[in-house]
Amino acid sequence: MPIVSLKEVAKSYRKGREVIDVLDGIDLDIEEGDFLALMGPSGSGKTTLLNLIGGLDNPTEGSVVVGGQTLGDLSGKGLARWRSRNIGFVFQFYNLLPVLNALRNVELPLLLTNLSGAQRRKNAQTALTIVGLGDRASHKPGELSGGQQQRVAIARAIVADPALLVCDEPTGDLDRETAEEILDLLGILNREHGKTVIMVTHDPKAADHASHILHLDKGQLVEQAA
Amino acid sequence: MSAIGLVWPNLGRKPVRTVLTLMSLLVAFVLFTYLRAIAVAFTSGGFGEAGIDRLVVSPKYSIIDPLPVNHQRSIATVPGVEAVTHADWFGGIYQEPRNFFPKFPVDPEGYFSIYSERVIAPEQLAAFRDTRTGAVVSAGLAERFGWKIGDRIPIEGDIYPKRDGSRLWEFDLVGIYRGQPDDPDPGVFLFQYDYFDEARQFGHGGVGWFIVRVGNPEKAAEIASAIDAMFENSINATRTATEDDSQREFAKQFGNIGLITTGILGAVFFTILLLTANTMAQALRDRIPELAVLKTFGFTDGTVGSLVLAEAILLCVAGGALGIGLAAGVQGFLSVYLEPVIGPIAVDWPIIAQGLALAVLLGAIVGLVPAFSAWRLTIVDALRERQA
Ligand SMILES: Nc1ncnc2c1ncn2[C@@H]1O[C@H](COP(=O)(O)OP(=O)(O)OP(=O)(O)O)[C@@H](O)[C@H]1O
Ligand SMILES: [Mg+2]
Repeated sequence: MPIVSLKEVAKSYRKGREVIDVLDGIDLDIEEGDFLALMGPSGSGKTTLLNLIGGLDNPTEGSVVVGGQTLGDLSGKGLARWRSRNIGFVFQFYNLLPVLNALRNVELPLLLTNLSGAQRRKNAQTALTIVGLGDRASHKPGELSGGQQQRVAIARAIVADPALLVCDEPTGDLDRETAEEILDLLGILNREHGKTVIMVTHDPKAADHASHILHLDKGQLVEQAA
Repeated sequence: MSAIGLVWPNLGRKPVRTVLTLMSLLVAFVLFTYLRAIAVAFTSGGFGEAGIDRLVVSPKYSIIDPLPVNHQRSIATVPGVEAVTHADWFGGIYQEPRNFFPKFPVDPEGYFSIYSERVIAPEQLAAFRDTRTGAVVSAGLAERFGWKIGDRIPIEGDIYPKRDGSRLWEFDLVGIYRGQPDDPDPGVFLFQYDYFDEARQFGHGGVGWFIVRVGNPEKAAEIASAIDAMFENSINATRTATEDDSQREFAKQFGNIGLITTGILGAVFFTILLLTANTMAQALRDRIPELAVLKTFGFTDGTVGSLVLAEAILLCVAGGALGIGLAAGVQGFLSVYLEPVIGPIAVDWPIIAQGLALAVLLGAIVGLVPAFSAWRLTIVDALRERQA
């Protein structure tokens, strides 16, 4: 059974009297363990699609099933709880809390669990070690490079051990070399830790790291083998 | 890290902004604490308990005019009056101005017969009557200054010099009285009027006020009018009121302090409200993406809203606690200048509790709008704004 399954998904936004159709008739299955790159011109609806899969937004039509859960069945609170257990998010801008050190930033999602403080810190430290920043736990975001901040954000995304990682242009703000490191890290998480990764990118070199590439154009999918 | 661990560090995000806001909160709460303490000192009437069967006869026009002591005999003849005694305001400094307590020259037996709720051993009362330089103090005062019977207590007469020009009055402690167990300590230092009147340089034959005990408290108003009628045409006209009213009258001489303090505090807190609300609004604007990201992890709208509200409350309580603490710490400064006028001023627990409650309320008001915005924030829109 695919981990993500979209059926006839459409999304439109209403701006006053005008209706903007962003996604239209999307059918998509993503297998567990896949590393999928989602490409397409600016404004083609990549972020919108990713937000639907991650349970951040609701489709206007169609159904989104992730990990066997039909997202449309969940209320706002239920959806929030579901996200906390099943999805890790990585964004172009790392969106770390500048006043908290790396360890505490990574610990944040665990505040919603029943884990003890000691256990939370231990898990956060483990996540930091996985992304190669075990020795930077006490650094604040302002004391880290962009690449390091994105690693912290990735550690934060995996700390609750979700099956699915959803990444919106994770290397969009990084130089070539650093971007490669981040992509390698996502590859490791995919292959060695069994995470399914869905990554939006503009960069064909980034897409090369993926096992599949999907193209989105004007709200429609065009699949190509990697 | 707990929820508070998530809230507290945010105050350190823009240290200058936080410090400035804390400073203005501090100033506002110092002012609040002082003004409340002063207002409380006024409205509590200052000194001691009020009896319902007691009237106070004071000068009609000004509390600092004396009344002739021989009014006492005339007052005693008014029907319904059971007993009359007198007291006066001595002022006086014991060691240093901050050691403030009221000191009254009185007629020993007359005074204790009217203030029957103040208990003194009969042999001590006799000693007070028979010792010209004798003084008695409340148990609370004795404890405060470590006085024992037999001690000689020097008081500097700041209002009244002695006949020989010296300002040093020395009293021999011959007794210690106490109030009723549940009442506050009367805190008054009493000494012989006869000795005082003879030894003082000026003002002979004058007293500050008379205290009258009436047989039937229900007739108090009638008796009060009868007393005032008797002196209506004398140059020493009187104004008679129940003890309770007279304490309030005393306070009124300084204006309606309650209204003034409320007005000042209202203006100050309105300003603070605008200022802090602005700080919070700015703080929120900077953080929209972060708050949205918290929601992506599964923090609910309610939790994120609460975090913002908690931050506003924490900020105000921190500023409030600093201000109240500072005011409580340096209240001696107030006491020196104001206690001789309005009686004991204390930043006590009720004032501290009121201050903290006000801080929480202020935080809640200031945090409400930002908390609501944070609560309403949708992840998708917030993250889009960041990218734009
Ligand atoms: N909340 C919204 N209200 C109105 N229009 C929206 C909203 N969100 C997205 N859109 C529109 O939907 C379209 C697709 O947006 P989306 O962010 O998904 O594109 P994208 O492929 O991620 O683009 P980019 O590569 O620039 O990030 C755009 O035309 C955008 O203006
Ligand atoms: Mg996008």
